[in-house]
Amino acid sequence: MATVRAPIWGTPIFDGAQAIKGYALNKMCYSFNDAVNRNEFLANEAAYCARFGLNPEQYAAIQNRNVLQLIAAGGNIYYLAKFAGILGLNVQDIGAQQTGMTVEAFKAKLLAAGV
Amino acid sequence: MAKLVGGIATSHIPAIGLAIANGLQQDAYWKPFFDGFPPVREWLARVKPDVAIVIYNDHGLNFFLDKMPTFAIGAATEYRNADEGWGLKALAPFPGDPRMSWHLIEELVAADFDLSTCQEMLVDHGFTVPMSLLWQDVVPRAVRVVPLAINTVQHPLPSPRRCYNLGVALGKAIESYPADLRVVVVGTGGLSHQLDGERAGFINREFDLRCLDDIVNRPDELLNLSIHDLVEQAGSQGAEFILWLVMRGALSCHGVREIARKYHIPVSNTGAGLLLLESVS
Repeated sequence: MATVRAPIWGTPIFDGAQAIKGYALNKMCYSFNDAVNRNEFLANEAAYCARFGLNPEQYAAIQNRNVLQLIAAGGNIYYLAKFAGILGLNVQDIGAQQTGMTVEAFKAKLLAAGV
Repeated sequence: MAKLVGGIATSHIPAIGLAIANGLQQDAYWKPFFDGFPPVREWLARVKPDVAIVIYNDHGLNFFLDKMPTFAIGAATEYRNADEGWGLKALAPFPGDPRMSWHLIEELVAADFDLSTCQEMLVDHGFTVPMSLLWQDVVPRAVRVVPLAINTVQHPLPSPRRCYNLGVALGKAIESYPADLRVVVVGTGGLSHQLDGERAGFINREFDLRCLDDIVNRPDELLNLSIHDLVEQAGSQGAEFILWLVMRGALSCHGVREIARKYHIPVSNTGAGLLLLESVS
């Protein structure tokens, strides 16, 4: 019998179902390891996304620069981090976006965890 | 025979690499973290390991979801990094030790750990940040390396117990290598952090401190944790603690003496840990 675990609030688990769902999106983000591909994406986003076969949900999430939507569309945070890199966003920026906080408030929350 | 001289574990956050590149070690934000390392470097300067086995996770540089090995070991003559999508600097190549790699492969597969083997392998920040912290990128490089990558990208991940047992087999394999080499095992990643989801920014000091203590003194107590437990208590990426457990498993054939320990919150989004254990006997 399959192991079923209670979901953990606010915590996506990238498993087989997500891997299937997000393959095209993650493959595109993986391509951003190469600077040539990053520049190609920036030159023509629509064409670059079409080449990787993103579905409408994935393409909208890319256009919206929205990390929670990208994850819901099957994105894996490690590959998405390379997309965030193109946008000049670090992990505090994307943390703030996902939690609905300002970047300053998000950083303060991290500092508070050590007190 | 080769001798396993000790184990080190350290977080491997990309921001550390950037702080090193920008010379920020004495900056107020960074100083408490970097101040943990001089005792570890002093130990390395005294013990002078010939080879480092570095347990890390690839964050989407060398491996994609088209082929995702649970355990993959390097067998290359050298290893290079890449910019990872963020414009990271190219570092001097890390010299490998293919003969030792193949010895480890033979022994580990014989012990029922069926590894993927890589004669070409890019290494990402999970590998390079600990190397920079420990050996400071002095060229020519002081150690040869064998990278051992463990999947933490795509669930299911190997369990804490499985990873510890891999370490046990690794320790035996190292000490059956017929050359007079000093070998150190480096576990990387952790401690608690979470990058994705509405719970992003989750850090759990209490759990991290328990893990730091238990991994030294009572590693068995950590082996009944599931990956789900680790994700719940240490955050999605805190599951990287399985990489520390490989290191600790490797040392299980010896007693251990704790030489250095450091814990600091936050480094980027992470509760950062550092541990040095020396083999006794």
